[in-house]
Amino acid sequence: MSRTPLPNPPPQGGREQTFGSPARRRLAGFSRTLRDNGFKIGLAETQDALALLGSPAAMRASSLKPAFRSLFCATHSDWERFDAIFEAYWQDRGMRSRQVLSGAPSASHAPGRRLAEAHVPEQALGLPHRVERRTDGDGDSSDGGRGRREGASRAESLSATDLRHIVDPDDIAAAHALAARLARSMRARLVRREQVRRHGRRLDLRRTIHRNVSHGGTLIELAWRRRKIKPLRLVVLLDASGSMSLYTAFFVRFLHGVVDSFREAEAFVFHTRLAHVSPSLRDRDVTRAVDKLALMAQGIGGGTRIGESLATFNRWHARRVINSRTAVMIVSDGYDTGEPEQLGEEMRHLRRRCRRIIWLNPLIGWRDYSPQARGMQAALPYVDLFAPAHNLESLAALEPFLARI
Amino acid sequence: MTLKRDEISDKLAAVGYIADRDIATALWLMEFLKRPLLLEGEAGVGKTEVGKALAAVHSAELIRLQCYEGLDQHAALYEWNYQRQLLAIKTREGIGENADDIEEHIFSEKYLLERPLLAAIRRATPPVLLIDEVDRADEEFEAFLLELLSDFQVSIPELGTIKATSIPRVVLTSNGTRELSDALRRRCLYHYIDFPEVDREAKIILTRTPGIDTTLALQIARMVAAVRKEDLRKVPGVAETLDWAATLAGLELHDLRQEPEAVYETMICLLKTQEDRARLTREVSERLLGKVA
Repeated sequence: MSRTPLPNPPPQGGREQTFGSPARRRLAGFSRTLRDNGFKIGLAETQDALALLGSPAAMRASSLKPAFRSLFCATHSDWERFDAIFEAYWQDRGMRSRQVLSGAPSASHAPGRRLAEAHVPEQALGLPHRVERRTDGDGDSSDGGRGRREGASRAESLSATDLRHIVDPDDIAAAHALAARLARSMRARLVRREQVRRHGRRLDLRRTIHRNVSHGGTLIELAWRRRKIKPLRLVVLLDASGSMSLYTAFFVRFLHGVVDSFREAEAFVFHTRLAHVSPSLRDRDVTRAVDKLALMAQGIGGGTRIGESLATFNRWHARRVINSRTAVMIVSDGYDTGEPEQLGEEMRHLRRRCRRIIWLNPLIGWRDYSPQARGMQAALPYVDLFAPAHNLESLAALEPFLARI
Repeated sequence: MTLKRDEISDKLAAVGYIADRDIATALWLMEFLKRPLLLEGEAGVGKTEVGKALAAVHSAELIRLQCYEGLDQHAALYEWNYQRQLLAIKTREGIGENADDIEEHIFSEKYLLERPLLAAIRRATPPVLLIDEVDRADEEFEAFLLELLSDFQVSIPELGTIKATSIPRVVLTSNGTRELSDALRRRCLYHYIDFPEVDREAKIILTRTPGIDTTLALQIARMVAAVRKEDLRKVPGVAETLDWAATLAGLELHDLRQEPEAVYETMICLLKTQEDRARLTREVSERLLGKVA
């Protein structure tokens, strides 16, 4: 078995008759298809794949597929999608256009931009009722931008605009600045990993001896080890349901800032189900990031299922994104259409895993509000900080509290 | 020495690891491309076992590095033997040697303690290096590991660069408690290990539990598969299945259907949290049993 040139034509399913440039081209096409589907594939992988085509593994499809899969996949989600892509490509003669399985958003940049231009820059979102008025205005002025969509229901158009009309540069900058300030001030946490320091609690023998060789081994200068300080990780769960639609716009901007400025941060959006949005938010272009998010948040309908979304989070994401120095921030009004018992239960599990839970509720901003929603009642016992937040000012006012979390 | 895939499969079976075809392919590929293999999967699907079996297949030494938060180079790579160094300084001082000579002497190989990573690249024959639960180590360590895995050389400031005498076969496992870096993922081949399907699990039970009969093994495997489908906080792994099989064999059961009570009571081998125990009530247990048998 040699991995040198690539001579022997493998009789692969009778289709690849010669092992030359056609096979290479097919393989290149396959890597491209995988890349289109979000696989991270470099030159090294493609080269290895070529070498693999010349190996005995290429004789049978039953061994070629698992070999390619091990080579090209890097994560579990890659792993799950690989078979479908492999089969689609090698059996459907590689029609790329049909094979983007992940539904990558690409088409709808223009409406978002146009909305941005149409949008009259205003001071940071004010009190809730003013935001509401503005949203109305936006809906009217941007009808041209969105084409003939007037026939759609009112609720749908709200959910679509809300995530998109937030492209005023000043607002974005302000939200980012706040997120960055938070990232700096939220207290870092001690970890077990140690660092050499001038003073500390444990002797670093290695360095001590090294430093004192010149004293003939008499330990005069001591080197110490002390625990290192690591930054807090922030995980934000944003409620994007209909009842929250007035505030999501602002919080999405804030989310973008958080993901941008915290060294370790993850963002999730939920309504009836939960979506992991940090990858889309990592896009530095806010408009594009928000566009992507808007697409993800589509399909909002029915009520919020906070409990169920949290269950999904606990089950599939918590282990990966939460560690002992993680603060979880839930932004929601607590109006849950699911069972409050489930919400309470899931909050209890979440509480056990993370360091702090912060619940920001925009409704607290309203006069005479008390957390009467049943879901809110069930969740409250597990929340470390329950605070109002409906716009930038109120969030900024929270900074000192968050810093002490 | 390069083995064919089927040979690997056979050899794995010979050392008591019942592999599916895909993992055999991955192990073959690892050999063919000389790349490390990253294994992911739920806890208890036998990731660590793959490393052990691979060592047995190649009759190579298994060097294992268990990762944890705070693992640093001293624990993973090398450390100096301080006590001996201190003694040496004292005795040499007595002879009246000068400081430079002493320094040269005490930072020589004689005082170097090998830790798993260094040991792995200094063996005469290539060992299998099993880096277990790499997700528990910090990001800094991961970066360091990446460097080691691509260059296979280590520089020790006091001693100089140590090149690998043999390139170890590297298996990394991860439980997904933290997202691994893209760089590390790209460097490695990837294999996701799922819970074994019923047939394979039955085979595993048969190999690992002496004196169990085939029908019982099959029933146990089916039952465990059914339990895994329930909404549990901690899904039982293969190790739990084996515990349970050993228990049932020890109780000299031959047919699960005959002894629903014993099945329910011994289910503690599978369910490790109080909640799961509460969820799998007697009724649920009997319902599952009814479907299985």
